[in-house]
Amino acid sequence: MTTKNLTKYFNEMYADNGEVREIYDTYTRWLKELPTGTLERRNAEAELLFRRLGITFAVYGETSGTERMIPFDIVPRIFGAAEWQRLERGLKQRVTALNAFLHDIYHDQEIIKAGVISAHQVLDNEMYRPEMQGVDLPNQVYAHIAGIDLVRVAENDFYVLEDNLRTPSGVSYMLENRRTMMRLFPDLFVSHSIKPVEHYPQMLLNTLREAAPPNVSDPVIVVMTPGSYNSAYFEHAFLASQMGVELVEGQDMFVHQKKVYMHTTEGPQQVHVIYRRVDDDFIDPRVFRSDSSLGVPGLMEAYCSGNVALANGVGTGVADDKSTYLFVPDMIRFYLGEEPLLSNVPTWRLSEPEELKYVLANLPELVVKEVQGSGGYGMLVGPASTKEEIKAYKQRILAEPAKFIAQPTLALSGCPTLVESGIAPRHVDLRPFVLSGKEVRLVAGGLTRVALSEGSLVVNSSQGGGTKDTWVLED
Amino acid sequence: MLSRTADNLFWMARHIERAENIARVLDVAHSTSLLPLDIEGTDAYLWYAPLNITGCADGYEVKHGLARADTVTHYMALDSGNPTSIYNCLWYARENARAVRGAITSEMWEVINETWLELNRLSQQMDSDKLQDFFDWVKNRSHLFRGVTLGTIRKDVALSFIRLGTFLERADNTARILDVKYHILLPSVNDVGGAADYYQWGSLLKSVSAFEAYRKIYRDAISPQRVSELLILREDMPRSLHACMNEVEAALIAINGLSGQEARRLAGEQHAALHFGRIEDAFTLGLHEYLTDFLQNTALLSREIRDSYLSRRDTLKI
Repeated sequence: MTTKNLTKYFNEMYADNGEVREIYDTYTRWLKELPTGTLERRNAEAELLFRRLGITFAVYGETSGTERMIPFDIVPRIFGAAEWQRLERGLKQRVTALNAFLHDIYHDQEIIKAGVISAHQVLDNEMYRPEMQGVDLPNQVYAHIAGIDLVRVAENDFYVLEDNLRTPSGVSYMLENRRTMMRLFPDLFVSHSIKPVEHYPQMLLNTLREAAPPNVSDPVIVVMTPGSYNSAYFEHAFLASQMGVELVEGQDMFVHQKKVYMHTTEGPQQVHVIYRRVDDDFIDPRVFRSDSSLGVPGLMEAYCSGNVALANGVGTGVADDKSTYLFVPDMIRFYLGEEPLLSNVPTWRLSEPEELKYVLANLPELVVKEVQGSGGYGMLVGPASTKEEIKAYKQRILAEPAKFIAQPTLALSGCPTLVESGIAPRHVDLRPFVLSGKEVRLVAGGLTRVALSEGSLVVNSSQGGGTKDTWVLED
Repeated sequence: MLSRTADNLFWMARHIERAENIARVLDVAHSTSLLPLDIEGTDAYLWYAPLNITGCADGYEVKHGLARADTVTHYMALDSGNPTSIYNCLWYARENARAVRGAITSEMWEVINETWLELNRLSQQMDSDKLQDFFDWVKNRSHLFRGVTLGTIRKDVALSFIRLGTFLERADNTARILDVKYHILLPSVNDVGGAADYYQWGSLLKSVSAFEAYRKIYRDAISPQRVSELLILREDMPRSLHACMNEVEAALIAINGLSGQEARRLAGEQHAALHFGRIEDAFTLGLHEYLTDFLQNTALLSREIRDSYLSRRDTLKI
């Protein structure tokens, strides 16, 4: 997928005047002195390493090659200390507001009473869970793990593309990418002072501990996976082993007198915190989808009784869908009394007749997404689409306009990337992982995703995107 | 430990061990087939043995009919339609390992994953002159897996379930190899000390890596009784039934737990019979009957292990 009219974008390595941006100084000097062919050799090594470690993911709807590797690019994406600090403050602010919003709508709904967001937008949302009304969660945290997707369009301009508050994935790549880079280029880690990310699992474990029911002093924590055929199974297993906790499937657990137990070789053992990587719909066949075999019958009852914690909480989807997204800046003002530090991408709601009219008239310039979609599936990138594709998509919109939103085609920043012809800029985004427990924390870094074909703006791994190690330099 | 985790560890080890044993059986069948034999209907007769040992004769006959060197080898080594082929054992082992990646070390996973990737490469280019290398490779991967396991995993209950799987499978295989081979070799029992006999029994010993040990221990012609004694009762032989049951019992004691009482009792009983047994008694009963009993008891023990540790039991027994 290429775009013709996006020649102008922010280059992460070079300033407009052609000079190397300061934070890339040391790296570019190192690169210049590197004997030819070295990068290519290390690249081949990296690929071997990833394959041997079995770092793979599954692609839905693909029968052959059910396991694929996400391409890893060995040129790092670098942030300076100051620009990271700004991002970090913005991320904490945003996630704090989102958790406050979730607590509010499942309790007194002050934000609706104040007229900031309509009752229809919240209560009629498919992702709103009436079962959660009045349920109190420890620390009033719903989204313990949030993946916030950011894009950069200028030196100081970052946009939040979307908030992922259900079961955001990708953090294992952040950690494995770092491990691989340290193995391939130890010298770079000597010449740069790079903030570490390796303590993420420990931070996650602390966050999960803090999520435990208040009366439990030494909680039993587990990671719950849909199973080894899930696209992110590697990550589930990876995080469980990094935290030293059991990796369980629904079939390993049962509920007895509103308490959750897992089957062990020594008999049943009670579980207090479940870091679940299974969507709401599938966690309890008695409450949600009755055909789900991935869940645990009775889990919701145990959860609502406060005997077990789920991370993320149930019902977070109402805060991260693309139509609620529009209101996040208002949430920040409403709950925190602050101005948002990170901007939203200007967004048109196609449920509004005026906005629909504008969007339909300008489809070739816009990006249209499904409100409930994720993973880059089912979106239209206007500038990269043929007339026929646009026409077909228009029919889909007209059938159910409220299911779509539209945004301008953003000029995602470009970051140097190793491609066939050498090093060339490719468009990137960034997903930092924000953890909320008694406090909000994050490691300095995240997952940088890169669109590997020239001009492409779709960075999703399911659509052929790759990843990079993300460096935040010390002051 | 999660019952499902224990289940996967147990079967991961069993599948690797099974792949190794199939390779051993095929390896010996191939070297035997190179010998000048005077057994009736030699080829088919010879090539039924590997099928019988692994219990896949029926499946084979439906697909290929008469036993032939090339088809038997392919069926047992690489046929993805045969649930007990080396190919499938290594696939299952990887699936088991994948399901419990958090419970094994990354080095263990890497060995199993690499084995599977390499198997797929090897199976694309399998010629008859590479078979020997292939069998050696399978054995080596199994050795490597055990070595990596012992060298990297914590000595806890996970290791106990892995060893339980390895040695139950190995006991089962040694008993089957002995049983089937003994059947084939019966006609020549009177010809003790003859050349054919030497090669035949020699190949059986080699299939369980016991040929050199036999010579060192007995320094004498190969006799069925001694071979049986070596592979059943000698506890210093790493593939003998006695040695395997030593390990099985030790693993069960280490796993402990209230629910495993019956499994420990069964293993103890079987172990005692080997510990205090005499080979003469096995021959009085009939070696085939003796081994059949052993295999039945092993199956009973496996079921008991499954029921008390590996399955997800009734939710109300808290």
